Amino acid sequence: MTPDLEPEVRKRQRDRARITAILLGLFVILIFAISIAKMTVNR
Amino acid sequence: MTSLPISQDAANLPATSRDLFALTKPRVMSLVVFTGLCGLLAAPVHVHPVLAFAAVLCIALGAGAAGALNQWYEADLDAKMKRTASRPLPGGRMNRQTALHFGVGLSFFSVILMDLAANHLAAAILAVSILFYVLVYTVWLKRRTAQNIVIGGAAGAFPPLIGWAAATGDVSTLPVLLFAIIFLWTPPHFWALSLFVRSDYAAAGVPMLPVVAGLESTRRHILIYTLPMIVAAVAPWALGLAGWIYGVVAVGLSAAFLILALYVSANRATEPKEMGPEKRLFAFSIIYLFGLFAALVVDKWVLA
Repeated sequence: MTPDLEPEVRKRQRDRARITAILLGLFVILIFAISIAKMTVNR
Repeated sequence: MTSLPISQDAANLPATSRDLFALTKPRVMSLVVFTGLCGLLAAPVHVHPVLAFAAVLCIALGAGAAGALNQWYEADLDAKMKRTASRPLPGGRMNRQTALHFGVGLSFFSVILMDLAANHLAAAILAVSILFYVLVYTVWLKRRTAQNIVIGGAAGAFPPLIGWAAATGDVSTLPVLLFAIIFLWTPPHFWALSLFVRSDYAAAGVPMLPVVAGLESTRRHILIYTLPMIVAAVAPWALGLAGWIYGVVAVGLSAAFLILALYVSANRATEPKEMGPEKRLFAFSIIYLFGLFAALVVDKWVLA
């Protein structure tokens, strides 16, 4: 990797980290919602 | 499979999220999600909205995973075709290992989540559909036989079966018919496309029917495959598994499909710009599938 590419690499890493964090948050919410829904259905 | 002549710098850059999304073939995914959702909504049971959402999400993620693995394996073919040359891998915007990891990771994630949200059967069918698309269609059939999409079409036919299984936990006659409709629809749909992008497939060495058997034979095959597809499309109504709304839509759309297929079979054009009937059939075939499945759901919800 050439030095002039470094800012672009950092920018892409930041973007992907942000999206990964958002997806992980949504995943936690989804698992919580599935658990509640399963408990409701099985009651 | 050969290595690609992509720029080392570009390949070393982390892939953008936009390119990762493009790897999932979002346009193909829309039809998969729609048919999966219709399979789920047509089932004769009430499904909790959260579980229904999770099941459809898993179908979408599974389809995306299969699309990513398909692009990982076919990067060399995609580079040779105008239609696919700008995809992330042939475009040199991503390295192949990233695509492989993304595809495999997404496959496992979608199947495990489906098992958690729905049931073992839906998860098993989802796993089979991913493996079928990647191993049977992409790796085995596509480069070897002109019948590639006849057998490979089964991969795209699984979503309504998965949706139904996610809702009910079993598989009955109606979802099998929905599977049969997509399975029999796939050859006329793809052969219509392959007629007017034949040079692309020929350049890439993919043995699609127009490349191997010629234009006239392909047009005849389109008409021949249209007939059992129509039988499968009308069958849910004829067997009493769907009501009159579905019956009217299925008969009307199927008649239009048959007329377009007859125009295609009568066409003798050899140049893509003269292939109006083929382009019309291809465009209509997408509307046809959307229309049939939408009618099934409307029929069930209105007449229930």
